[in-house]
Amino acid sequence: MTQHKNYLNEFKGIKSWLFTLDHKRIGIMYLAFITFSFFLGGLFAVLLRLELLTPDTLFFTAKQYNQLFTLHGAVMVFLFIIPSIPASLGNFILPLQIGAKDVAFPRLNLASFYIYVLGASFCLYSLFAGAVDTGWTFYTPYSLETDTSVISMTMGAFILGFSSILTGVNFLVTIHKMRVKGMGWFKMPLFIWSLYATSIIQIIATPVLAITLLLLIGEKVMGIGIFNPALGGDPILFQHFFWFYSHPAVYIMILPAMGIMSELVTTYCKKDIFGYKFVAYSSIAIAVISFVVWGHHLFVSGQSQYATMIFSLITFLVAIPTAIKIFNWVATMYKGSISFKAPFLYFLSFLFLFSIGGFTGVVLGTLSLDIHLHDTYYVVAHFHYVMVGGTVMAFVGGLHHWWPKMFGKMYSEFWARVSCLLIFVGFNMVFFTQFILGSKGMPRRYYNYLDQFQPLHAFSTSGTWVLGTGFIIMAVYLFMSLIKGEKAPANPWGSTTLEWTIPSPPIHHNFETIPVVTEGPYHYQKFEGDTT
Amino acid sequence: MDTKLQTENLMDNGNFWFPEAVSTFATNVDTLYSFIMFLSYLFFGIIIAATIYFLVKYRKTPQHRKALKHITHNNLLEITWTVIPLFLLMVIFFWGFKDYLNMNIAPGDSQEIRVTAKKWVWDFYYPDTGLTTSSELTVPVNKPIKLIMSSVDVLHSFFIPNMRVKKDLIPNRYTTVWFEAIKPGKYQIFCTEYCGKDHSNMLATLTVLSESDYQEWVKAGDPNKSLPLDQLGQKLYTDKGCVACHSIDGTTNIGPTWKGLYQSNRTFTSGESHIADDNYLRESMVKPMEEIVEGFQGVMPTFAGSLSDREIDAIIEYIKKIK
Repeated sequence: MTQHKNYLNEFKGIKSWLFTLDHKRIGIMYLAFITFSFFLGGLFAVLLRLELLTPDTLFFTAKQYNQLFTLHGAVMVFLFIIPSIPASLGNFILPLQIGAKDVAFPRLNLASFYIYVLGASFCLYSLFAGAVDTGWTFYTPYSLETDTSVISMTMGAFILGFSSILTGVNFLVTIHKMRVKGMGWFKMPLFIWSLYATSIIQIIATPVLAITLLLLIGEKVMGIGIFNPALGGDPILFQHFFWFYSHPAVYIMILPAMGIMSELVTTYCKKDIFGYKFVAYSSIAIAVISFVVWGHHLFVSGQSQYATMIFSLITFLVAIPTAIKIFNWVATMYKGSISFKAPFLYFLSFLFLFSIGGFTGVVLGTLSLDIHLHDTYYVVAHFHYVMVGGTVMAFVGGLHHWWPKMFGKMYSEFWARVSCLLIFVGFNMVFFTQFILGSKGMPRRYYNYLDQFQPLHAFSTSGTWVLGTGFIIMAVYLFMSLIKGEKAPANPWGSTTLEWTIPSPPIHHNFETIPVVTEGPYHYQKFEGDTT
Repeated sequence: MDTKLQTENLMDNGNFWFPEAVSTFATNVDTLYSFIMFLSYLFFGIIIAATIYFLVKYRKTPQHRKALKHITHNNLLEITWTVIPLFLLMVIFFWGFKDYLNMNIAPGDSQEIRVTAKKWVWDFYYPDTGLTTSSELTVPVNKPIKLIMSSVDVLHSFFIPNMRVKKDLIPNRYTTVWFEAIKPGKYQIFCTEYCGKDHSNMLATLTVLSESDYQEWVKAGDPNKSLPLDQLGQKLYTDKGCVACHSIDGTTNIGPTWKGLYQSNRTFTSGESHIADDNYLRESMVKPMEEIVEGFQGVMPTFAGSLSDREIDAIIEYIKKIK
């Protein structure tokens, strides 16, 4: 059977990829790099958990262990999770969902991809040039005195930041100027709203990280006293600078995930979203509030008590728009027609895991409790429930949802369910135990630990094998689907957004005829029941 | 060798979530935690129960292939689930803030103790008695204790799980922590701010004594005074953190091993070499950066001021014994 002419087969050869200006191909190239980074970061995680199987030395020296948790964090945060959804799925889906031919600045889009590659190579170089052992936060003054490759890693993160800023600018302009006729702000799919909110944060917050890392490099190379107390600098200033970016950054990670959640719940319940405006505005509210909560990372740092009080108060406020989203997603299921396809299983995993992440976030935002729990495994567990339970679940959910559109092939539904189950069970094994470890007093970033913590640590480690197996199975069946997957129809899930009105995979220019939008994105009222 | 220093479990007691509460405010912390947990179980229960109910009731079947009804919004519902959580969150915030202030403002009659952290050891100085200890903090029960803390190198953080207190230590600045123990016993102290290779070995013990036992402990004075020099040196080897970098079994670590060190011939990065005699050993502790042994990096902090003359003598005597 001959394939229709599409973005994958219209142009051939390696050059047609490397110099492509097509947002879809750039999205696919991002996806390849991001997947590689995810498995690399995952490998570090499995190794460091292996060391924690016993309280004493097992495979690695203390320094190697410290390098492992640093690399796990840095690779996962800077190379995987920040670009994950916006750069891969966002790049591919955003123009399709608003009926555009491409993003506003296709050349800039390709440039941000190559900036990402450049930044990533600095980070990867540092793996071989005395891997960093500072923790992914690079806290001073330790990062100023360690003999490991802090400079190449921070240089990498510095460069990656520009990729993030340019993608943000590109998306913002695209959303403002390139929406198809009839698509007013409140007729946009909610994934677009979340990418809009994300772009705002990327543009405003990322330059602060760039400044901070540049100052750190300047201090390390030239000995300027900014953060180093030995030179009259202030190490707490570094923490303020760092979290001024890195706290909004966790919303760069989670907001697009929330957007995907809205797409999944409507498609697989065949219903219009409940409370569209509340879900849309809550994304913007989260983006705005996220700028003024960074101080909750410094509750025990010696920060003033009044600052601490205000940061705690605002931190509680950010819980409200998050809760609103969750309630609206649950309400959307009411009187729907719910099919348990793999993407929806990831929706449910997100709902379950992210809620736990949210509740424990309230615990950590509470001043008197954070004193005890700060820098323990409780924080590690909370962070992973939000980032893996939230962002990664939505990312793989979205990947499965849009996979047929991206590659024109169907994956094995059976194996998709198996891997989702393994990931869900494995994840809880690894991280739920860490809540208990943390509240019991187990500090984070410990190479050795007290014997009494061993049962929980060993159980947590065994969970990584289940979790890892789940992801390996996913990689295998997704890869197999490319080779011998069934051909995907234009709209396998019966969705109503614009990307499903065109063939899978889309043609080079996306739309044969420019669509006109007359109703909301989730007009399932007219849906007559799908045929599968 | 990356050996583990301590194997004693000092935090065995406690409930499912927390180690035993031993400070005056620890129970308040645990109560607030239980309150938040109760609300979390409640709301999580509602979310999950509603989800499961919808999943079962509205699952797609051959007869039910499209949504039954399209309700797109309900402002009253939206306001309800905005206002109720907001109210509860404000209750939690004020409760947490009130306890936080109690945990941060030490009573005026507190006994002050100075804490100095350096990689990877805790030093304690008791101004009212002039005593000093390392890796072991001794305090009386039922008496507010205020710790005035600073670091000499990188960031550290002082954490006693049983007391529910924690505060970072910063170079060039003082931070404080206070607690009042309500039960005598031995409790664990951790460093919780990542500080390099031996971060996880930067442990110390808190010993809470009854009032009379504490007076006796003060009267006995410096427990190290009565120890013979070489035994004192052996004790300081772990208490002062030498163990983190110097082995006594010949293995190479961050610093040179102490085995066979005395009277051996040392070659330095400057190319010079001489015999490791008493003066060399003393110099190495007080001015460690003067001469760096070939093959090593100069990373050792100075122990001038941190070791008394007798303690320096003791460590030299100890090194002499490790052949």
